[in-house]
Amino acid sequence: MDQALFYASAALAVVSALVVIGQRNPIYSAFALILTLCSLSVIFGLLGSPFIAALQVIVYAGAIMVLFLFVLMLLNVKSEEDVPGRAGRTLAAIAVVLVAILVGQAGYVLWNLAPVAARSFDASTRKMAEILFSPHFLYVFEATSVLILAALVGAVALAKKDA
Amino acid sequence: MIAEPTLHALSPALQELILAVVKVAVIVGGLQGVFSLMTWIERRVLAFMQFRLGPNRTGPFGLLQPIADGIKLFFKEELMPAAANKWAFLAAPVVAVTTSFLAVAVLPYGPPFKLPTWGFLPEWLQGRDFQFQIASIDVGLLFIFAITALGVYGVVLAGWAANNKYSLLGGLRSSAQMFSYELALGLSFVTVIMLAGSFQIKDIVDGQGGGFWHWNCIRQFPAFLVYFIAAAAEVARTPFDLPEGETELVAGFHTEYSSMRFALIQMAEYVNMITVSVLATNLFLGGWQSGIPGVPSEGLIGFVWWGGKVALLLFVFIWLRGTLPRFRYDQLMQFGWKVLIPVSAVWIMATAAGVALLGW
Amino acid sequence: MTGEPGFVHQAVLLSLVLFGIGALGVFLRRNVITVLMCIELMLNGANLAFVAFSRAAGTLDGQVLVFFVMVVAAAEAAVGLAIVIALHRHKDTLDVDAFNVMKG
Repeated sequence: MDQALFYASAALAVVSALVVIGQRNPIYSAFALILTLCSLSVIFGLLGSPFIAALQVIVYAGAIMVLFLFVLMLLNVKSEEDVPGRAGRTLAAIAVVLVAILVGQAGYVLWNLAPVAARSFDASTRKMAEILFSPHFLYVFEATSVLILAALVGAVALAKKDA
Repeated sequence: MIAEPTLHALSPALQELILAVVKVAVIVGGLQGVFSLMTWIERRVLAFMQFRLGPNRTGPFGLLQPIADGIKLFFKEELMPAAANKWAFLAAPVVAVTTSFLAVAVLPYGPPFKLPTWGFLPEWLQGRDFQFQIASIDVGLLFIFAITALGVYGVVLAGWAANNKYSLLGGLRSSAQMFSYELALGLSFVTVIMLAGSFQIKDIVDGQGGGFWHWNCIRQFPAFLVYFIAAAAEVARTPFDLPEGETELVAGFHTEYSSMRFALIQMAEYVNMITVSVLATNLFLGGWQSGIPGVPSEGLIGFVWWGGKVALLLFVFIWLRGTLPRFRYDQLMQFGWKVLIPVSAVWIMATAAGVALLGW
Repeated sequence: MTGEPGFVHQAVLLSLVLFGIGALGVFLRRNVITVLMCIELMLNGANLAFVAFSRAAGTLDGQVLVFFVMVVAAAEAAVGLAIVIALHRHKDTLDVDAFNVMKG
């Protein structure tokens, strides 16, 4: 049962990712990306981390993608006129080959590894919180709040009309 | 009579599956029934508040009005604008309904009770502990928050797909309202979680036992207030019903929807309202606890208390609609960001100090 | 969840595939916002690898890192989109090739 769910979500994630890079209309790409994020959330749940699964939907699919969609709809972005010239096509072919080499080599190594067994662990929110607020990660945690504040101020300043 | 010998051999997994299917059928069916009833109740109660009668012709007291509405909507012509994006247009009501019914999966709809030991029930059912909660997961409240976050997409899709500037603007405004108040909603139940020490709704309800002064609406009154206001804004009820007010932007994001698709969007909205009321009952009003020490609340009597509280909250939503005027959009956004979020943040700090230092 | 095979191996392979698809998208697409979305795809591939290895090791450190990656991705998306809005206001196009010269 878990196996079927994992493979179905993985297939959905890969197909949606291909739609993201393949579709001409960026709004369709955005919706495909939302689908990818939700299927990844299912996979996180299957890997035993319910907190990260919920967080993935809340933060990524529920907030970041809404931001993307807002910008796309308000800027009224049309589809790409996709006519790359000769040079463009050659460069695209080179890019595909390079990425294929990367994925192929890394994939070969990973495929031939001995399958790693999952260890038992307690991924409850309480345990996550204990680690996040432990001296090891506390400074980073507080620093990210400053980072978010900086991003907030920066985004408002950048997008403001000078009027 | 049920064939006894084969049912004896049911594995626990299969038993759970059958019970889960029964729960889903009862809860989803019940929600749709309550939705139809709510349309009638809302129109009658609103009418009485406005000193008129409301629908009272179709059937006794107008009770068949929802059925008449359903038949009418069923036979209306389904329009789709020529320049509309076909798939998104068709998908938007589906997304809206799916997300509103998904949130139903982790809420308990009543107290836990023991199934009766009647003779004709199969053995594995007699005396079994049962509760109308489809899935009891560790991060129950986070799941609800996640599904609420996804609910924005039904509105965004509907507004964009119709290729109509009123719909697009209405959809964007409405989704901006939804996710602004979602933050306040999430912050408001952080304090409830702090006091209960768990994300599971059952633990939160059990933590409110022993008398109504233990209920979170009294212990955590600011959180309850913030929650209720944010919830009203989240489901776009008056005074926050800018997205669909009849005098604003034609009809907002669902301008181009007719017939059954419109009915689906309405159903999604009402089910959201019911879900939010059920959540408020469980988190703040003590769920199925009776609140008066000595009056029993375990078992089937808990349904009376629980149902009464949910009905009271739904009535308050209708009451607000009949009483308050609508917020203007900029007032709405200012209120969400500049008032609700700071208030809930300060309350979280106060509760955290209380829990850590005073042992609340 | 004790010592069962879990899905660690398959999840790591999936994360590699997603990362590769995202990288391909960054190279091939010409719309700035689509490029940003493909970067998000790559980040998600990395997140999946983190969670998978956290499951293999039995500690939660990987998941804490995923938490931070999500926060940083949110901040980056916000600032990146603000820059895109500013660029659009300047040149009224979202084609990447229109911005490859520092002049103007």
